[in-house]
Amino acid sequence: MSVVAASAAPLRTRAFPAQWSARLAWVGLCLYTIYAASLLDVTLARFVQGIENGARFFDRMFPPNLAADKLALLSTGMLESIQIAILSTFFGVLLSLPLGLMAARNLTPGWLSWSARGLIAVLRSFHSVIVAILFVKAVGFGALAGILALIVSTMGFISKLFADAVEEMSMKQVEAVRATGASFFGVLAMGVFPQVMARFIGFATYQLDSNLRNSTMVGLVGGGGIGATLFTAYQRFDYDFVLTILLAIIAIIMAMELVAGRLRRIFQ
Amino acid sequence: MTSHPHPTPSEAGALPGSLLIKGLRKEYRAGQPVLKDISLTIEGRGLTAIIGPSGTGKSTLIRCINRLVDPTAGEIWFGGQDLASLRGAQLRAARRRIGMVFQEYNLVERLSVIENLLCGRLGYVPAWRAFMRRFPDADIARAFELLDAVGLGQDFATRRADQLSGGQRQRVGIARAVMQSPALVLADEPTSSLDPKTSVEIMELLAKVSSDQAVPVIINIHNVELAKRFAQRIIGMSRGAVVFDGPPDALRDDHLREIYGGEGGLA
Repeated sequence: MSVVAASAAPLRTRAFPAQWSARLAWVGLCLYTIYAASLLDVTLARFVQGIENGARFFDRMFPPNLAADKLALLSTGMLESIQIAILSTFFGVLLSLPLGLMAARNLTPGWLSWSARGLIAVLRSFHSVIVAILFVKAVGFGALAGILALIVSTMGFISKLFADAVEEMSMKQVEAVRATGASFFGVLAMGVFPQVMARFIGFATYQLDSNLRNSTMVGLVGGGGIGATLFTAYQRFDYDFVLTILLAIIAIIMAMELVAGRLRRIFQ
Repeated sequence: MTSHPHPTPSEAGALPGSLLIKGLRKEYRAGQPVLKDISLTIEGRGLTAIIGPSGTGKSTLIRCINRLVDPTAGEIWFGGQDLASLRGAQLRAARRRIGMVFQEYNLVERLSVIENLLCGRLGYVPAWRAFMRRFPDADIARAFELLDAVGLGQDFATRRADQLSGGQRQRVGIARAVMQSPALVLADEPTSSLDPKTSVEIMELLAKVSSDQAVPVIINIHNVELAKRFAQRIIGMSRGAVVFDGPPDALRDDHLREIYGGEGGLA
């Protein structure tokens, strides 16, 4: 009976039924984008004016300033940024390990995983610059504030990814280890870590890379490092030195990418 | 917490290593029992096969024994303890004497073969030692011995588990169970993911484990021919209840019809 009834509908509709909720969502998104753009007064005239300003700014940046005293400032700031990146990644990743495990719903009881997930959500809810402002107020200007701010953002990011990785692992393998009479930590050592360690190291090296970029930013609000140097140069209209700093940041990020790739290969 | 070669006799004067199941019931959803008050005694020796169609509760039954599944009601006496009532450290101590072999082998894929074997010692070795891979020398020596005993050979020790074929993986799975110095081995459809020839080899290996280690082996298996060929006792299950229990030659076509429901199951 039902076969006859169903075949009354066109073949195409039966194979690919219309998904009205998805269509509605797309239309709504388009409408809102148009509405938001109209509110913000984005006009062609302003855009053209912006290009002119940009060109003038760009012109003042050349040639980059390579004076010895500037280069000394640059290297001090850069070294501090690298230290911020490495220390915050190390401690952030170390603290993410237990937090991520606690947040994995397939390993821990509900009350624990949900409170750990709640904590992670709080850690994630503010951008590292906002956290850095708080820490600058708390511990004063300098690298320590930057390190603490980036530890917070590292924990928010890595422990969530780690918890998700743990939740995606094969429970059959864990079950087999558990069936041998292994304790919880025995199961972690031989059943859980072997499955997720490679991904965890991947996250950690990615975070090192990302913390180096973020470390240049927390400096803008007083968190130390090259960001502080960059901010001062901006304020003093030393645009040629700004360019030197920006080029140095690009170079160091590229170098870090190579190092991170190398690290990933060593640890896996 | 010491490891006896054999568990102490359980209640009712049963043989050492015997398993006594009383009124075992499991409901995943209330009012819909998968196991309907099963009572069984399994002697502390030999190969026992549990046959029956899929979804009849065979797997649930043996998972209740090592408590990968928690029974709803009933008692499971083994080694002088009611396994159904154990918790925490006591449960782990009981589990380490019960080896388990899985249908899909359930090896830790990213660990080497020898590390997978040493997983069988986790009930005995502190976790920090496992973290550092500082297993006792005796355990490592035993693992190498077992590699030969299950027909893999020492060259396999450092191969990663995900590089092995199905038959090789199941040999590792069996060796891992034997590493536990088990007083009982459970096997949940150990041959269902394997080709016929390898299936026979794996059954031969399980029979050898049973006789060499003098340990009872309980095997869930839907292949009746294999069950009849290797088991000394066959338990037929249908819809959560035991409908046949006896030696292989007592198993007749009408029993199979009752277990598998009609001629279709005999194919």
